[in-house]
Amino acid sequence: MPEVRANSLEEAQEAVRTYPRLRPKGGGSKPALSTPKDGETLLDLSGLRGILEYAPEEFVFTAYAGTPLKEIEETLRAHGQYLPFHPPLVEQGATLGGTVAAGLSGPMRERFGGLRDFILGVRFVDGEGRVVRGGGKVVKNAAGFPFHRLMVGSLGAFGVMVELSFKVFPSPRATQTLRLTYGSLAEALAAMERLRVLPLDLLALDLIPPATLEIRLGGFPESLGKRLKRLQEILQKEGEVLAEDETHWEGVRNLRFLEEAPIWVKVPSTPAWVPKLENLLLGPRRYLAGGELLYAGMEAKGLASLRQAGIPHLVLKGAEDALFPHPPEAFFRKLKLALDPRSRFPLEKRGGVGEL
Amino acid sequence: MGFLEELRALFPPGRLLTKEAELAPYESDALTAYRKRPLAVVLPERKEEVVEAVRLCRRYGVPFLARGSGTSLSGGSLPVEGGLVIALNRMNRILRLDPKARIAVVEPGVVNLEVSRQAAPFGLYYAPDPSSQPISTIGGNVAFNSGGAHCLKYGMTAGHVLALEVVTPEGEVVRLGGEGLESVGPDLHGFFVGTEGLLGVALEITLRLLPKPEAYHTLLAAYRSLEAAGNAVSQVIRSGLLPGAMEIMDRLSIEAAEAAVKAGYPRVEALLIVELEGPKEEVEEEAKLLAQVIKESGALEVRVAQSEAERQAIWKGRKAAFSAVGRLSPDYIVQDGVVPRSRLGEALKEIGRLSQEYGLRVANVFHAGDGNLHPLVLYDGKKPGELERAEELAGEILKLCVRLGGSLTGEHGIGVEKKGYMPEMFAPEDLLAMERVKEALDPQGLANRGKVLPGHGQGPHLGEVYA
Repeated sequence: MPEVRANSLEEAQEAVRTYPRLRPKGGGSKPALSTPKDGETLLDLSGLRGILEYAPEEFVFTAYAGTPLKEIEETLRAHGQYLPFHPPLVEQGATLGGTVAAGLSGPMRERFGGLRDFILGVRFVDGEGRVVRGGGKVVKNAAGFPFHRLMVGSLGAFGVMVELSFKVFPSPRATQTLRLTYGSLAEALAAMERLRVLPLDLLALDLIPPATLEIRLGGFPESLGKRLKRLQEILQKEGEVLAEDETHWEGVRNLRFLEEAPIWVKVPSTPAWVPKLENLLLGPRRYLAGGELLYAGMEAKGLASLRQAGIPHLVLKGAEDALFPHPPEAFFRKLKLALDPRSRFPLEKRGGVGEL
Repeated sequence: MGFLEELRALFPPGRLLTKEAELAPYESDALTAYRKRPLAVVLPERKEEVVEAVRLCRRYGVPFLARGSGTSLSGGSLPVEGGLVIALNRMNRILRLDPKARIAVVEPGVVNLEVSRQAAPFGLYYAPDPSSQPISTIGGNVAFNSGGAHCLKYGMTAGHVLALEVVTPEGEVVRLGGEGLESVGPDLHGFFVGTEGLLGVALEITLRLLPKPEAYHTLLAAYRSLEAAGNAVSQVIRSGLLPGAMEIMDRLSIEAAEAAVKAGYPRVEALLIVELEGPKEEVEEEAKLLAQVIKESGALEVRVAQSEAERQAIWKGRKAAFSAVGRLSPDYIVQDGVVPRSRLGEALKEIGRLSQEYGLRVANVFHAGDGNLHPLVLYDGKKPGELERAEELAGEILKLCVRLGGSLTGEHGIGVEKKGYMPEMFAPEDLLAMERVKEALDPQGLANRGKVLPGHGQGPHLGEVYA
């Protein structure tokens, strides 16, 4: 398998100018997205790493795209801050750029929003080897076309991300988790739907089929007990309280519950879709953020059932055809032509078949 | 048939304006120093009519501009001379408000505040709150990625848009995004937000709604200098608090606000408003910490709102500040550059110096939490040369923001007003990439021609323009 490494902006430009088709890879934690297809050269960006700027008081950092999230989170933690979109697969080596390209957030996105709510800027190499910057390094900015937002979920279609800037927040001072098990999916779903519209500022609200809810609260240690009690009153259920919950949620956000499954899939969901999704042939799974985000493990027949039902999804591991459906052609094609006119990068329809 | 005849076939009389007197109100937006005469204005009532109008423009090569209430402060909704204005105010229906899904699907002419009003019975609201929210439309908010006072915590419009139906400049209708918070594939709807109408017209917009915070804690603190107020903001941030809003006003804007609405503010050099919001037990704890931080910040006077009425009183002066400054001066220019928060003090000092140098008063009201300045440059348009001097001073402030590592605009957009400053913030390659995207989606350059991109419309040799 042909392979090239880029450890700097210049090397990334050089690689783009040299190889006709590239497949960027960071930590390789999402092999369905980073494994080269026929004719593609692997562009290894794991050496393009390091935090470039971080001013805790600004709530902003800029890092090379190949920086492992683990390194970023350790630095933030030392200043009492965190990535509020709570990216998955950190222990498996996920990088900042790979997480942006896949567009992945984790359970705590429930509180303040997902990756798209926190990305501020990008510097990338386009399909002609040109360096382009979009966005900025401040938390509020409306100048120019927002190329940084275009990168989210792009699978690298428009360019090789080199630098990324993000907004961060102070970490919750303390956390607690309430776990509730219901008699049926319908009951658990009803409780979740009730919580979704209440101003409770939940850190996480997960539904684990068949009928369990896990609710995470974060805030001042002095207020958590009272808030937890109120939650129990609202739901009229005691449940089980996890006072030490960090290890548990680390496991969740690293998608440990998928480990036994051969195929890993992200499904943008809504609570209304849950009954329909539960009728498919899915394996281990968990609905995050009040039912808005499903990570599911499955076998080939599960993936086929998802596709047959016409449900949009992204395969992270275990299958070749990663993205369904293909982005809306009339808009996507023009952007692709503008930034990657020679089709060097992924997300290309080749030979009339959607090969992603 | 010609262009106008075809338009007449599409739009009944009364929804196609061509007479001079009818066109006059559409000649400019809130940046009134600029005026352009369009060829005609159409008032569509259904999205199919917008699509037909765009397709017609494409067929005849007529430039077009979609606009809502025309509150743009950057001239973003200035018509193109001889072009078509597609005024979307009649497309003001909330098509669906689904509290369970926490979304609202709206037409582009829906007024921002109306969304929150309709969502209120369900305990929900639409978070982005530009000062123009009682008038400005969601379509315009999408075009300019509008902000407001709560952007540090809640982000800008882009984060709150979940899906868009768009007609491209070539007349194709596409749906971008979905109905949930997550999606797969490139965030094309996120990219469209903030492109100022250069890449098409939004026909239908799906918005994220949030549960309305349960409790507020609003505090007003008085300081002997702007710098001291700015330092207090830094101390609040360092304490690990994340307020919903932090606003600062200087002496000139305090005086203006007092004269206009008698908010009862202390007459000092600087006022800081901090608002916490969240579940009541949490806000209670946060308020204790905030009290301590503000005490240590050397505030001359501190007031805490004890009721909703007192909270509104604190906000009243701040919200009135812009129009109030109008009383101090016949004309003013407002900028909205951004600086990293830790450099606010430096920026304000330099703005003060520039104000002296140019001999023009500058009032400062700003979103301190996100570093978004709003210097109001006061001038008298009747005095020869004063407008030019005011524009030059405003330009110096923009350059200062970029120099300090910030942005030309936090929320008003580039429009026509700031496009000349784009090369200060972006390298030629960055601008060329934007030009190429524009060119690919709009080869005839019809959609909101002449905005944002400094080289646009200057012939085929873009490289030379930026060289």
